[in-house]
Amino acid sequence: MAARAQGWLAIAGVVAAGVVLTLVVQERYHHRVLTLVFLWAAMGLAWNIISGYAGQISFGHQVFFGIGAYVTVLLVVKTGLTPWIGMGLAVAVAVLAAVLIGLPTFRLGGIYFGLATLAYPLIFRIVMDWLGYQEVAIPMIRERPGWFMQFTEPRSFDLLALGVLAATLVLSRLIETSRLGYRLRAVKENEQAAEAMGVDAFRAKMAAYALSAVPAAVVGAVYIHAILFIVTPDAVFGLLVISQTLVVALVGGIGTLWGPLIGAAVMVPVSEVLDSTVGDRLPGIQGVVYGAALMLIMIGAPDGLYWRVHQLIRSRAARGAAASRPAIVAAGGDAAVASAPAGGVLLEVRDVSKAFIGLQALSDVGFDVHEREILGVIGPNGAGKTTLFNVLNGFLVPDRGEVRLRGERVTGLRPSALCRRGLGRTFQVVRTFPRLSVLENVMVGAFVHARAVGRARAVAVAALAQVGLEDRADDVPGGLTTLELRLMELARCLATSPRLVLLDEPLAGLSSDGVDVMIAMIRRVRGRGVTVVIIEHTMQALLRLADRLIVLDQGRRLAEGAPAEVTRNPAVIEAYLGKRWLARMGKPAC
Amino acid sequence: MVLAELVQYVATGLLVGGVYALMSIGLALIFGVMRVVNFAQGDFMMLGMYLTYFYAMSGIDPLLGAILTIPPFFVLGWLVHRGLLARVTGGGDPQRQMDAQLILTLGLSLVITNATTMILTPTPRGIRTAYATQAFALGPVLLNQARSYAFAMALVLAAAVYVFLTRTDAGRALRAAADDPEAASYQGIDVRAMHGLAFGVGIALVAAAGGLLATYYPIEPSVAGNFIVLMFVAVVLGGLGSIPGAFVGGLVIGLVQSLTLLVLPFQLQNTGVFIVFLLVLYLRPQGLFGRRARTV
Repeated sequence: MAARAQGWLAIAGVVAAGVVLTLVVQERYHHRVLTLVFLWAAMGLAWNIISGYAGQISFGHQVFFGIGAYVTVLLVVKTGLTPWIGMGLAVAVAVLAAVLIGLPTFRLGGIYFGLATLAYPLIFRIVMDWLGYQEVAIPMIRERPGWFMQFTEPRSFDLLALGVLAATLVLSRLIETSRLGYRLRAVKENEQAAEAMGVDAFRAKMAAYALSAVPAAVVGAVYIHAILFIVTPDAVFGLLVISQTLVVALVGGIGTLWGPLIGAAVMVPVSEVLDSTVGDRLPGIQGVVYGAALMLIMIGAPDGLYWRVHQLIRSRAARGAAASRPAIVAAGGDAAVASAPAGGVLLEVRDVSKAFIGLQALSDVGFDVHEREILGVIGPNGAGKTTLFNVLNGFLVPDRGEVRLRGERVTGLRPSALCRRGLGRTFQVVRTFPRLSVLENVMVGAFVHARAVGRARAVAVAALAQVGLEDRADDVPGGLTTLELRLMELARCLATSPRLVLLDEPLAGLSSDGVDVMIAMIRRVRGRGVTVVIIEHTMQALLRLADRLIVLDQGRRLAEGAPAEVTRNPAVIEAYLGKRWLARMGKPAC
Repeated sequence: MVLAELVQYVATGLLVGGVYALMSIGLALIFGVMRVVNFAQGDFMMLGMYLTYFYAMSGIDPLLGAILTIPPFFVLGWLVHRGLLARVTGGGDPQRQMDAQLILTLGLSLVITNATTMILTPTPRGIRTAYATQAFALGPVLLNQARSYAFAMALVLAAAVYVFLTRTDAGRALRAAADDPEAASYQGIDVRAMHGLAFGVGIALVAAAGGLLATYYPIEPSVAGNFIVLMFVAVVLGGLGSIPGAFVGGLVIGLVQSLTLLVLPFQLQNTGVFIVFLLVLYLRPQGLFGRRARTV
């Protein structure tokens, strides 16, 4: 709670300092620099919402800046509408543009969003040229200049720009501390894990992109009135706008609202001083400095200044605080929860087939999962076990067949939608959100049903307590042991309040003590009424754990039944151990 | 008559497209081998134009000058890789690494464009050649001589790249490093050296393409911006990283640019290109020749 109040206080402090600077500064030129610092900081913050928090680097964010400038000015010129209202319309246009740009591009992964964003400003430039808006000047309006944002007192522009900055800081802070903020960071850290934990990555990115267009459009509108007075396609849609934005955000540090603020405070005065001293003789000096700054920061401190300092402080604080922690041991009393009665059918899998190029990974696999049972899926490497899970939780759409969850056909739903319907999963190789604390990792899962941050935190704390990781809540996943990581992933999954969990080799890489802890934990999960489907390829462990087994081999269901029965099945023994074993064995395996 | 006009536009488009194809091959090679989206590619092209210009000032025909840009730009590319890109390559989340490389090359692009403006002034220059204003007449269709020569040279260089990649040990090693860097390194291929080689060759190709372009296009520091996007489009069109794809993509861009003029005014010449780009991104993101767009 204290940390939250601190954040708001810091923002208030920044704004107060801005006001003081505005009052202290005398020279007109210094006011201009101050206005520029405020505006570029706000622009960097806008970019930071989509590219910092959500990790989707936008190379075309000047589109919204340009829309803000053009729409506002054209409204003044054509209709005489005050920019104070025009700005609002410009924001609406910018948000609409963001939705139109985001809709198709966010369906593509990786670099495609970035590449597509490159094209849009260029299109706007060309279109503005063609429409004949190569140069649109703001008409001078003598009566009521304030109503038309035409102040003569430079302090007014300072304060206006500071107001924009303050609003953007507040917006950023609200995002950072909201469910959306956690979800965006999860998407940035590991999109697939986020999806599996109920985060609709597409919607989260769309929301971030639309929100980031708002301040960018406002900055564009104010920038034209305070600095440029004339809109040209090159000045607002050009490469220098995005370069300045990137420089401010990247030098300061992305993914935090302090980054762009620091970046603007450092870089804007530097470039302005250079421009005013040697700019006449060396017209490209600003670009060279920005370019060099981008290169240096990428090579030297790719996370930016803020995180560099942050890291230094943290590692100093952490030194000496490395306390020994009690080892996690298997909790007793498993027998009480070991066998709960199985209920009706929870999940139906019907004739599911999935082929990859040249490989039939699953063919006509079908089975039922009953309420509150532990169902083991075994099979040799390449049998299709993980593919089956990927189909069940929506990462893959089957070529044929269908999956029903509680009677509802769920084939083809996104993982996040399935997660919201009560289907959780863990991964063969643990997928963490590396830069989120253990608690925050689990909170991402908790947000499936909790809207408020406080509620999600409480759910996450409870989930961590369930798996015995409450001591590790504030650590980052990087410092956890394999067992702790597996437990954290399980807690994250439990925090989504699942009816059914898919555990993909939860025992892999664990010591025998670790296996005992995990098995006890899985039994306890089932004891709480959660159905478990578990992949393993060590038969031994599953015999201790599962009520029923399904054996997959080369994408087909080979056998199904009680563990003892399945292990006696000759086809299973052959698939697992080869024909020679079968010949050697007169009696059942294990 | 209408048909002749159409043929004329197609021919013009293909001639220009040949040079686009050559510059796009360089970008595709760099992306294919290193997974680097090189934003500074257009700037190296611009530098290639200037070098060819200075060659021409000292009496070397620009068509030869374009070829002579290859050795110095290969070295320059190799140095840029060693000194800059190698420092942000290796380890970590591939997406973040790609972003870091893209931002690094964006910075490099800004430095090159603006430093060139400072040193050589923004005034456009041109190379005067006898053939720039001449045309071959094929019936009613006129083919500008400079563009025809540039097109032919671009085809020759592209063919040379193809032979290099498929018939030489270095080329095979390069392709192996592109397909699977880890497996390649187990076979004794020095992947880092391959990255240097790819970047060197990629830069040399785009510089040569710039040299060819300079025979009929004004030379100025800001020229990079117009072409880098065309190259991106060609490479995405062909399927990110596919070299034959980039070649075809370049030709298609030339055609689209040219045919756009049939229906839209001159300023909107590139709109057609961008529309094709966005359509490809949305409808077939893996490109015409790409194998996959996204991994699960």
